[in-house]
Amino acid sequence: MQNNRYERQTRLKEFGPEAQEKLSNARVLVVGAGGLGIPILLYLNAMGVGTLGIIENDTVEITNLQRQVLYTEKDLGRSKLEVVTERLQAQNSQTSLKLFDTFLTRDNALEIFAQFDVVVDGSDNFPTRYLINDACVLLKKPFVSGAIQGFEGQLSVFNYNGGPTYRCLFPSIPSPEDIPNCNENGVLGVVPGIIGNLQALEAVKVITGVGRPLSGTLLLFDGLQNRYQKINFALQPENLNIKTLQSSYGGQYCDLGTTKSVEELQQLLDKEVNIQLIDVRTEAEFEAFRLSEALNIPLDELELRVAEIDFKKPIYLICQSGIRSEKALLRLQELHKEAILYHVVGGVNKFLSSCQ
Amino acid sequence: MTILLFGITKDIIGTDTLAISDSTTIGTGKIQTVRELKSHLMKIYPDLRSLSSLAVAVNNSYAKDDKIINNFDEIALIPPVSGG
Repeated sequence: MQNNRYERQTRLKEFGPEAQEKLSNARVLVVGAGGLGIPILLYLNAMGVGTLGIIENDTVEITNLQRQVLYTEKDLGRSKLEVVTERLQAQNSQTSLKLFDTFLTRDNALEIFAQFDVVVDGSDNFPTRYLINDACVLLKKPFVSGAIQGFEGQLSVFNYNGGPTYRCLFPSIPSPEDIPNCNENGVLGVVPGIIGNLQALEAVKVITGVGRPLSGTLLLFDGLQNRYQKINFALQPENLNIKTLQSSYGGQYCDLGTTKSVEELQQLLDKEVNIQLIDVRTEAEFEAFRLSEALNIPLDELELRVAEIDFKKPIYLICQSGIRSEKALLRLQELHKEAILYHVVGGVNKFLSSCQ
Repeated sequence: MTILLFGITKDIIGTDTLAISDSTTIGTGKIQTVRELKSHLMKIYPDLRSLSSLAVAVNNSYAKDDKIINNFDEIALIPPVSGG
């Protein structure tokens, strides 16, 4: 610390040069550079965290801009990781950035996490959240969790000094039909900013030991009433007995490996003669607009008419907006674990607006 | 008994706070535990049944199904949220 860059925080008697030194020696991994990840990264980088890891595999889309405030209109279509890197380097050239241009998976999680002291969860789906929990428990690393939906947010520090874990609150992954997942749910732009900033604060507390991290407490934030509620919860010791990662985290519903964009679908339709495309909308919707290659099996009849599907061939599922096709994918996956399944993101709506 | 609703439970029940009257809770003596409260609510709001993962807090502490509750308690229904 040759300069006075951090003087406004080191002059705080509770913080001081000692805490600053801890920040500069810390290695923090941020999962996701989206609505939560951006405020987390901007503040940890500004405050002088020495090593920042970032896992991100997406590109900037127009619908990101209302909440992912680091990205600009000029960045549309660019890799988020690339844009974030430029910005963070310009903001603080002293930070060592470790970039992981990938999705977090059960195969790479342990190897990546092992390189860091603290993990901050800015992911947007349950499979990743449970994977982060289990990997952190296995490696005995604390993680700062934030999650948002609509006008609400949740925040807690899990697995801190033998404290409770994510599974002590929510023991198992909700089924995707339960609760809005991935990018389906709406969110007011400023809400991830609030929760993400609180995550950055908790990460700093975990690293420096200043203050008391939000361990064993879940903060519930309701933006509509500006209500903050704290719920205390205890460790359920069985949740620390994780010996290995699960073989699957049901990652199918956010894993891009099982999705096709409408553009990809168009290319397939142009190229291949016999694509097995199944439209899971109702008969009435199907009558109103159909892709000529599609077979109509409404979602409600899926199990009844499963004999009409050839599970030896890849199966492409489509609906109006991409929600029912995702459900159909999960249900068919249950029936035939080996099936090669894809669903079309955005469905017919997106197809009509992009491909016609 | 006051029940604070978060996330999808707010959408299912259609309000952010639900009051359960004394007669339901005490008069019939039906609802004495978190489990009974859940099943009472699931009868009135069947969509709640689809929530496989739902945390309940009683007076700001996480509560298991066999936790005894009474009319003065403040309950919160807390589903996990995943957005980022």
